[in-house]
Amino acid sequence: MSELESGQSYEKPLTLIKASKGWKSLNLGELWEFRELLYFFTWRDIKVRYKQTVLGASWAILQPFFTMVVFSIFFGKLAKMPSDGIPYPLFSYAALVPWTFFSNGISKGSNSLVGGSNMLKKIYFPRMALPISSVLGGVVDFVLAFAVLILMMFYYDIMPTINIVWLPLLLVLALVSCLGVSLWLSAMNVQFRDVRYIVPFIVQAWLFATPVVYPASLITDTFWQSVYALNPMVGVVEGFRWALLGTDTAPGPLIGISAVVAIILLVSGAFYFRRMERTFADVV
Amino acid sequence: MSDSVVSVEGISKCYHIGKLQNQSYTTMGEKITQAVMSPVRRATQLLQGHATGAADLDEIFWAMQDVSFEVKQGELVGIIGRNGAGKSTLLKILSRITEPSKGTAKIYGRVGSLLEVGTGFHQELTGRENVYLNGAILGMTRNDIDRNFDEIVAFSEVEKFLDTPVKHYSSGMSLRLAFAVAAHLEPEVLIVDEVLAVGDANFQRKCINKMEEVGGEGRTVLFVSHNMPAVTRMCKRVIMLHQGQLIGDGPAHSVVASYMNTGLGTSAERVWDDPATAPSGEVARLTAVRARSEDGKVTEAVNISQPVGIDIEFDVTESGRVLQPQIVVINDEGMTLFVAVDLDPEWRKKPRPKGHYKSTAWIPGNLLTEGMCIVTVVLWALEPSRIWQFSEREAIAFQVIDSMDGTSTARGDWAGDFIGVMRPKLDWETRFDAHG
Repeated sequence: MSELESGQSYEKPLTLIKASKGWKSLNLGELWEFRELLYFFTWRDIKVRYKQTVLGASWAILQPFFTMVVFSIFFGKLAKMPSDGIPYPLFSYAALVPWTFFSNGISKGSNSLVGGSNMLKKIYFPRMALPISSVLGGVVDFVLAFAVLILMMFYYDIMPTINIVWLPLLLVLALVSCLGVSLWLSAMNVQFRDVRYIVPFIVQAWLFATPVVYPASLITDTFWQSVYALNPMVGVVEGFRWALLGTDTAPGPLIGISAVVAIILLVSGAFYFRRMERTFADVV
Repeated sequence: MSDSVVSVEGISKCYHIGKLQNQSYTTMGEKITQAVMSPVRRATQLLQGHATGAADLDEIFWAMQDVSFEVKQGELVGIIGRNGAGKSTLLKILSRITEPSKGTAKIYGRVGSLLEVGTGFHQELTGRENVYLNGAILGMTRNDIDRNFDEIVAFSEVEKFLDTPVKHYSSGMSLRLAFAVAAHLEPEVLIVDEVLAVGDANFQRKCINKMEEVGGEGRTVLFVSHNMPAVTRMCKRVIMLHQGQLIGDGPAHSVVASYMNTGLGTSAERVWDDPATAPSGEVARLTAVRARSEDGKVTEAVNISQPVGIDIEFDVTESGRVLQPQIVVINDEGMTLFVAVDLDPEWRKKPRPKGHYKSTAWIPGNLLTEGMCIVTVVLWALEPSRIWQFSEREAIAFQVIDSMDGTSTARGDWAGDFIGVMRPKLDWETRFDAHG
């Protein structure tokens, strides 16, 4: 052994292979080493996302836009939903932009390991790269949909407030929440394919638990507002409206609670993922 | 020991076969059913006397048991064994795709593993894009790929279609492209599964050459294959696995030769010199069985396009009986391929005088498929009543090899999987009428 260390092999990396038990470290250093692969996975995801569709990348806009139209007709016009003094189409679209990012991220992320099962069985790489890249791929869609949001603001003549500087952080919050949920669901999906059937339901229920079609101001009790903010998307959506449209909601505490929950989701998801990881190739 | 690049110590791997048997994944419903049913199952098993301890109830299967070996810098090691011997499991463990259940392995240096060509290829992406993607998946950096890009493209022979989506490629083209990327991997330790069994013959040769080049540059290669000629040509050393255990490790030729006979204790020739131990009956005694080529050479590896003769030599110890030799040929999965009885008109239904006989059954070329053939020989005495003289089960075995030269065998130019329990080369005819 000492010869090895002093001899020709001293600079060679050592790969140690052995059985592991229980919880494992996150090994983020390795994920960093594989950042190029992560980049390529994300790039592939973006490249192939709208291949062989007639409308191509415009789906990134059309998806939230048509949802906004439907919501405006049924919730805005028919149900006369309050919208914090903002025109309802803009009110709902400002929420749909981060929401679509989140919901698509969960759908893609939770299926990423099963979808990439062939790679899991043939190649070694940090498994987390798959759900992470599926979620990151959605950022491009987000940017496209966001551009339309800016145009709509011009149309309705609403100027963003200075609080817009917080927007990148709100996007990070959406990303962290989405990734946390995706890590949990994708790892579970390997073992239990039930997840595939549960995800659409989760996404739908989550939409109604998030102030997309209605304002969070409907909930007035501070205690229940705090409970409400345990859904990290509450902080994101309310933050978006506040930062961009200048709603008078002061969502600071909501965002704080949401951020804590999102971080807990991400960290626990990452540890759960690492724990389940060793069985992926055998079970998937 | 000191310059070992790969050192494997006591690696074992177990699978829970309850899971693997039907579907590898479970639904929660199944889990719940299992949880409800397991006490019942446990009780049943205990009643049947199967299991007394908890470990047995788990129904585990050891795919790999206590395998240890060392590989030195620059060695090219072949890993052989029959289906299910644990070759792929070993490679998956060394590639870190799956964890061992016990034991440790240490690998010094950059590891590259190639368990499949074209992993991660995306049908919608162009050839160029797939080169980058696949390269990254195999562990190359973008710089590596940039540097080797022209060489990869030239190697693949698909320059013209580089910007066409791979879905429009023929299977041969995408395979060549995938191989070209893989061939330019530059790890210090390369782990390769049976990937050379695909592609056309010329391209295959090109890849083998490339791999030999890699070996020549001081890299260490672990190479799993059924392709015996490739293994013996490329690797000086061969490791043999059988039922998850390492049963042979040494010079390629001797290990490959014993592979031909593994598990069956058979070779292409068996001779019984001692009449006392030879299989014998009332009037006849077996002296030798062998598989040979037309020029009379005993042959362990038979070219698929050539006929194989099965010699049955026996002594008739008492005159006057009608005798009929017979062979039964099975493959290594135990499936009976065919039975053939001796219909030689010269001795058919004729009483045989005392003496030494040699009956040869000729199995025509281009009939058997690739793989192991195991021959059982039987001798019947027919008249006045049918009496069995001897039956030597699994007396000899030989390996049928498809040399794949394009015209003489049924597979033509295709070098990939070619299924079927028989592989006849048929006469094909075409009628063409341009105005029909």
